[in-house]
Amino acid sequence: MSDHNYVPESKVGKWFNDRLPLLSLGAHLREYPTPKNLNYWWTFGGILTFCLITQIVTGIVLAMHYVAHADLAFESVEKIMRDVNYGWLIRYIHSNGASMFFLAVYIHIFRSLFYGSYKSPRELIWIIGMIIYILMMAAAFMGYVLPWGQMSFWGATVITNLFSAIPLVGESIVTWLWGGYSVDNPTLNRFFSLHYLIPFLILGLVVLHIWALHVPGNNNPVGIDIKKPSKDTVPFHPYITVKDIFALLMFMIIFAGFVFFSPNVLGHSDNYIPANPMVTPAHIVPEWYLLPFYAILRSVPDKLGGVLLMFGALFVLIILPWLDTSKIRSAVFRPLYRQFFWILVIDVLALGYLGAMPAEGTYLFLARVSTVYYFLHFLVILPVLGFLEKTDPLPASISEPVLTGGLSTSAAKSDDIK
Amino acid sequence: MTLNRLIKLTLSILFVVLFSSKSFAAGSNIENLKVDWSFAGITGKFDRSSLQRGYQVYKEVCASCHSMQYLSFRNLGEKGGPEFSEEEVKAIAAGYEVNDGPNSDGEMFTRPGRASDKFVKPYPNVNAAMAANGGAYPPDLSVIVKARSGGANYIYSLLMGYEEKPADFVLDEGVYYNKYMEGNKIKMPAPLSDDLIEYSDGTKASLDQLSKDVTTFLTWAAEPHLEARHRTGTKVIIYLILLATLVYFSMKKIWLRVDSEK
Repeated sequence: MSDHNYVPESKVGKWFNDRLPLLSLGAHLREYPTPKNLNYWWTFGGILTFCLITQIVTGIVLAMHYVAHADLAFESVEKIMRDVNYGWLIRYIHSNGASMFFLAVYIHIFRSLFYGSYKSPRELIWIIGMIIYILMMAAAFMGYVLPWGQMSFWGATVITNLFSAIPLVGESIVTWLWGGYSVDNPTLNRFFSLHYLIPFLILGLVVLHIWALHVPGNNNPVGIDIKKPSKDTVPFHPYITVKDIFALLMFMIIFAGFVFFSPNVLGHSDNYIPANPMVTPAHIVPEWYLLPFYAILRSVPDKLGGVLLMFGALFVLIILPWLDTSKIRSAVFRPLYRQFFWILVIDVLALGYLGAMPAEGTYLFLARVSTVYYFLHFLVILPVLGFLEKTDPLPASISEPVLTGGLSTSAAKSDDIK
Repeated sequence: MTLNRLIKLTLSILFVVLFSSKSFAAGSNIENLKVDWSFAGITGKFDRSSLQRGYQVYKEVCASCHSMQYLSFRNLGEKGGPEFSEEEVKAIAAGYEVNDGPNSDGEMFTRPGRASDKFVKPYPNVNAAMAANGGAYPPDLSVIVKARSGGANYIYSLLMGYEEKPADFVLDEGVYYNKYMEGNKIKMPAPLSDDLIEYSDGTKASLDQLSKDVTTFLTWAAEPHLEARHRTGTKVIIYLILLATLVYFSMKKIWLRVDSEK
C-alpha cells in the first residue's frame, strides 16, 4: 500500500491526511494499478460488495419491523409484505438477494479456480475468502429460519441436529445451541441475533480480503506476474470502476427480474406454511446454494461420517493453495487442468441437483459417485497434475504474444471461459 | 478440443435438467390444469370483477371453515385489489359482529365490524376448527397460493379435481377423492359446484367460473401488491437497461485510450 506518495492539494486536506491518511487511501484506491486484460469474470468482486451492502441495508430496515418470536415471526413477515410501505419490495430484495449473493460468490470462486488466483502469493486472499463463504452460509441458514415457516423450522432442526453426531458431547451441544430441548423460541432469538451480527463480521473480512489483494495486486487471465504500474496495467479508476459498474448493472437486471417477476421461485412453497413442530414436511430441502453440501452429507450412511465429509469438503477448499502443485496459474495454459476444471463444475452442479432429490436408489448412487469425484479432484488429481501436465508456453507479458510455440495470447483468450 | 465441447454440452444439458427439475420435485402425481391467468406474466393485472366475484365465493362458501387471518376488510377497497368502493367495504365489514374490549367496565363486548378489522375467523381457535372438521384443520387461506407448489394452477386444479374414486381405491369415512391432491385423499368435501351461489353481477356461476374467481381472489390475497410489483419492475428494468446502455458507451470510450495504445 506504499506505492504512491499522495499529497492533498488543500491545506485542510493536508492537515487531515497527516493525522488520518484517508485521502491517501482514496488516492490509492483510485490509482491502484490493475491488469488491463481483466475479463468480465473479474467484475464479481464489485458485484459481491454490492450484494453485501444491499443485504445489510435491506436487513436493517426489515429488522425494524420483524418480531423475533415463535408466535409472532410469521405474522410480522406477513405484515411487512402487506402493510409496511414497500415492505414487499424490501423483503423480496433481501430474500432474493441471498440467492444472488451466492450466485455471484460461486462464479467468483470458480473464476479463482480457473485462473489459479489462490496460488502464491495470494493464498491468504483465498483463505479469507473461504472464511467469508462459510460465514455467508451460516448467515443465510439463520436468515432462512427467521420467517418461521415449515422449512425454517425443519431446516433448523435438521442442520442443528448434525452436531449431535459429535461423540460424547454431541447431544449437549445441540441442547446448548437450541437453548432448550427442541428448536423453539430461544433458538429463533439467538439465530436472529447472530443473523444480524454475521454480516458485519463479513464486512470486516471483506476489508481484509481487499487489503490482502492490494498487496500483490490482481491476478489476471494470463496468470503471469506483471510489473506494476506498467504498460500492462491501468488505474482502477476510471477503467475498472466503469467496467464494474456496467457488469453490476447487467447483474442488477437479472436480480430485478427475480425480485419483481419471480420472487418466490428460488424459495420453497412450504415456507409460507407457519412452522408446526407436529407436522414434518414430505421433503426437507435446504436452499439451493447449500444443496451440494447436503448431497455430500447424505451420501454417507453414517451420521458422523456424513458431517465430517461435509466439513471436509470445505476444508479441502481452504488448503487448496497447497494441494495444487502446479506453478502455472491460469488454466488457459494448462490443457489438462482446463478439462478437469469443467468436470468439477459438472460434478458440483450434479451434487446440487442430487441434493434436491430424495436420497435413495439411483440418486443416492450418483451422489456417492459425485462425492467421491469431488474429493478425488482436490486430493488426487490436483496434486498429481502439477507433476504430469505439460503446460503451454507462457507469454512474456500480457501485452506481448508468446515468442515460441503455437499459442498466442489472443488465441489463449478466445479459449478462456468467457 | 472435442472433450471440451463434450463437457460444455453436458453442462448445458445439466442446466436444463436443473431448471426443469422443479416440476419433477412438485410431488403431485399428475400435471396441474393450466389457466391463462390475467395476473400472470410481467404486465399481469388482476381482473377486477373476477376478484369481486372471488371474494363473494370466499365469503359465502369458503369462509364457513377457512380463516384469512392476515387480511382486513380495508384491503378489499385498496388499489390493486377487488377495489370495492369505500361504502361497499364499510357495508361488508358491518355485516360481521366483532369481539372487542374490554370496555371501561372491564367487559368484553361485540360490535359491528369496521373497515380496519381483520377478517372474522370462523372458529375461535385451531382446536375448535379441528373438532368441527373431523380432526382436519382447514388451513388459513391468506397465503395459500404461495404455500402450495404449483400456486394458482394447483388451487384451481384442486377445486376442479373432485371425481368418482377409482373402483379399487379405498377411502375412509369423511375422506374424499381428489385427482390433484397429493395421495388423492382430501378431507374437504367438494366445496364448489355449478350454480352453488348466485353472483351479484349476474355472471353464470359454473364450477369452472367459481374456481377461477376464487383462485384469482386467493392469489391477490397472497400477493396484494402484485400489480404494483409488476408495474415497478417494468420501470426498474427499463431504467436499468437505459443506464447500462449509457454506461456501456462510456466504458467503450474510456477504454479506447487503452486499446488504441497497442
